[in-house]
Amino acid sequence: MASLDSQTEAIKRAKVLMVGAGGIGCELLKTLALSGFQDIHIIDMDTIEVSNLNRQFLFRQTHVGQSKAKVARDAVLKFRPHINITPYHANVKDPEFNVEFFKQFNVVLNGLDNLDARRHVNRLCLAAEVPLVESGTTGFLGQVTVHAKGKTECYECQPKPTPKTYPVCTITSTPSKFVHCIVWAKDLLFAKLFGDKNQGNDLNVRSSDGADSSKHTEDVFERNLDEDSEQYARKIYDHVFGYNTEVALANEETWKNRNRPRPIYISDVLPDRITKKNAKVENGSTESAVSAMSSLGLKNPQDVWSLVENTKIFLEALRLFIVKRTEDIGNLTFDKDDQLAVEFVTAAANIRASSFGIPLHSLFEAKGIAGNIVHAVATTNAIIAGLIVIEAIKVLRNDFHNYRMTYCLEHPSRKMLLMPVEPFEPNKSCYVCSETPLLLEVNTSTSKLRDFVEKIVKNKLGMSSPLIMHGSNLIFEVGDDLEEDVAANYALNLDKVLAELPTPVTNGTMLKTQRRI
Amino acid sequence: MERANHHQNLTSRFSRLQIQMDGEELSAQETALYDRQIRVWGVDAQKRLSKTHVLVNGLNGTAVEFCKNIVLAGVGSLTIMDDRIVTEDALNANFLIPPDAVKDEGSSLAELCCDSLKEFNPMVHVSVERGDLTQLDDEFFDKFDVVVVSCCPFNNKKLINDKCRKRQKRVGFYSVDCRGSCGEIFVDLQDYSYEQKKTDCKSGCHLQYPSFEAAISVPWRDLPRKVSKLYFALRVIEKFELCEGRNPGDTSTSDLPVVLKLRKESCDAQSLNETHIPTGLLERLLAAGAKEHPPLCAILGGILGQEVIKAVSGKGDPLKNFFYFDVADGKGVIEDISPPPTNADGTNGQP
Repeated sequence: MASLDSQTEAIKRAKVLMVGAGGIGCELLKTLALSGFQDIHIIDMDTIEVSNLNRQFLFRQTHVGQSKAKVARDAVLKFRPHINITPYHANVKDPEFNVEFFKQFNVVLNGLDNLDARRHVNRLCLAAEVPLVESGTTGFLGQVTVHAKGKTECYECQPKPTPKTYPVCTITSTPSKFVHCIVWAKDLLFAKLFGDKNQGNDLNVRSSDGADSSKHTEDVFERNLDEDSEQYARKIYDHVFGYNTEVALANEETWKNRNRPRPIYISDVLPDRITKKNAKVENGSTESAVSAMSSLGLKNPQDVWSLVENTKIFLEALRLFIVKRTEDIGNLTFDKDDQLAVEFVTAAANIRASSFGIPLHSLFEAKGIAGNIVHAVATTNAIIAGLIVIEAIKVLRNDFHNYRMTYCLEHPSRKMLLMPVEPFEPNKSCYVCSETPLLLEVNTSTSKLRDFVEKIVKNKLGMSSPLIMHGSNLIFEVGDDLEEDVAANYALNLDKVLAELPTPVTNGTMLKTQRRI
Repeated sequence: MERANHHQNLTSRFSRLQIQMDGEELSAQETALYDRQIRVWGVDAQKRLSKTHVLVNGLNGTAVEFCKNIVLAGVGSLTIMDDRIVTEDALNANFLIPPDAVKDEGSSLAELCCDSLKEFNPMVHVSVERGDLTQLDDEFFDKFDVVVVSCCPFNNKKLINDKCRKRQKRVGFYSVDCRGSCGEIFVDLQDYSYEQKKTDCKSGCHLQYPSFEAAISVPWRDLPRKVSKLYFALRVIEKFELCEGRNPGDTSTSDLPVVLKLRKESCDAQSLNETHIPTGLLERLLAAGAKEHPPLCAILGGILGQEVIKAVSGKGDPLKNFFYFDVADGKGVIEDISPPPTNADGTNGQP
């Protein structure tokens, strides 16, 4: 069959770029190799972890800690030794992967797990005019889409749900869901105790009359010389679960239509110490496997602990951080693979939940929420990888009338478990792939260029290193390679209001902004 | 006896006990390994999966995909059967065997696949059974909860399905066929009850599956109008292979005239318009023969894996009873092809 031969030829000649060698990536690399692809480049910055092994089947226990891209390549070469696979253990956002780099490929295939990298690859593909096959899975759900400049919508033509954020006061004062308690425990308490001291932190509640309780609070997180680690932990406990809740309660307005929380003090929950007073302090050796659960004999991560158990975990985890991981304190950020950190956050979130009458959760559940863990199974990834290759082959054959976006469903819809739909047309007002101007309403005599760059160009348009032009005049750009005087000039511009720039931005001005290449 | 030993074998390997429920345990190792999927289907489902024994007969690319999926998911054991020696054709869509194994004349396809599958998950017991499944004692089937046949001749499919049905315990039967860019899955769970979860409330559900033979005996005119064309086309090809005594996929486009004659006969006998079975589709199926399109193997192996996991864990609506995928239109379609209930009070799970 002529068409089959031409298809085989197109596949053989193709040079493809895969971004991501994880759940979808492993399946995809295998299916590409079996399908006859011979020149595959693969980028992934990650190393292999134990929790990957249930689905990322190219990896073994012995590979834990090694580069995903490299191990995946070696594994596939075992059954297809004569094809070329070029691995990059690197971040796709690294400057080496520029437009020129992308231009060498016939198609780019994404198996990514985050919005930021997806947006980045989308923009590079548009700039390099290389079609992109995009994919994603959670649990039994998945989807595959094709993005070809000018023919179908780009990845950013439709607004994407951004990671959920919560109002600060919900987190600091009025939590109503367990996730609020997790965010408080992770982003405020954990960060305050173990993170960078110079970072701003909203942990302390301000009292209703506006008088800051800083006298009390600033000292409380410092460990006094005569305090042992458990005394310190008990003091922190009373402050964050007792005192802070009292302060919040003082603000009567807040509780008119809400259930009042119950301040919790350590003496009511656990009057006796869990460690001997003045126990011999062990040296601060950093062991990776330090766990409050194991030192307290709690085994099952699926169990929901009582308030007393959570309190014990809280005290013990805090003590272990001080005693065993002294050097980490001050530069920790929450990591879902850090057992002690997960234990501390679970316990703290549960104690807070108990205070606010919110149901408690197991460590397993808390870890999932705190780590934003995506549910993943091998079968969905395998199906999605198969669908990606089907679309990739259409791209190589230039068969764009048959491009489809396909949904993998958990429950059939109109008898279908795999549902193809025709791709959407490009969104004419998409700020990423169209030339249509965006309208910005702003007071040009009060807004500084800095606000425009930070709030609009970087935050809203997601351009991390933009170049901004007014006609043929450069107003601003970001880069490490700028001449000193040029950089100084841009810095000066940043603090000017828009109307007072060297080329003033006023009503009706058209600015052009693009990623700096 | 053999089964008991085997079970002991499994439990002894579960080193440290961490999760205790109903006297059963998942080890710390399992909890860490299966973390992401336990978040999808829960601890109970994982435990049921680890007590499930699966047999796979016929190791083409689709079956290999399926094996990979359920070994990763953590079934109790997987037994594979395929005594063929390794040829280049057999490796077309197989990622378990290195190409130089073609020279290895001493080992069967199943033996070579077994070695690789074991590496995917040391906690799953993978073994090889030699021989012809249709010739094995009926009791052999008692060892399994799920039997999957791939690329199996029509008569053997019926025979194996019936053997599964005659056992006292339920042995789920699945068949899968991949011809080029078209695929079919058939499922027979016999009488199957499960809990359906609909927006926070659970309700008991009962499905009655027909055997393969009973399903394909449903008169075509009784079927809903929009049944997948692949269903009819594959029945015609099946009939052709049976008449000519060929193995599944042992076809080429030169068989088209005979197949078109069979199509006319079948359609006349079933009073179905021949346009329901397009010539182009038959031609594609004949040309593809037994050659599999690897992306389709991944899709069929994925759907099949998911269905087995659903059925043994009791989580989610299981597929009833045919699934079709054609790369040409990209639709993955479920067809329920069942005879009407036989008893007056017979519930066949239809809404």
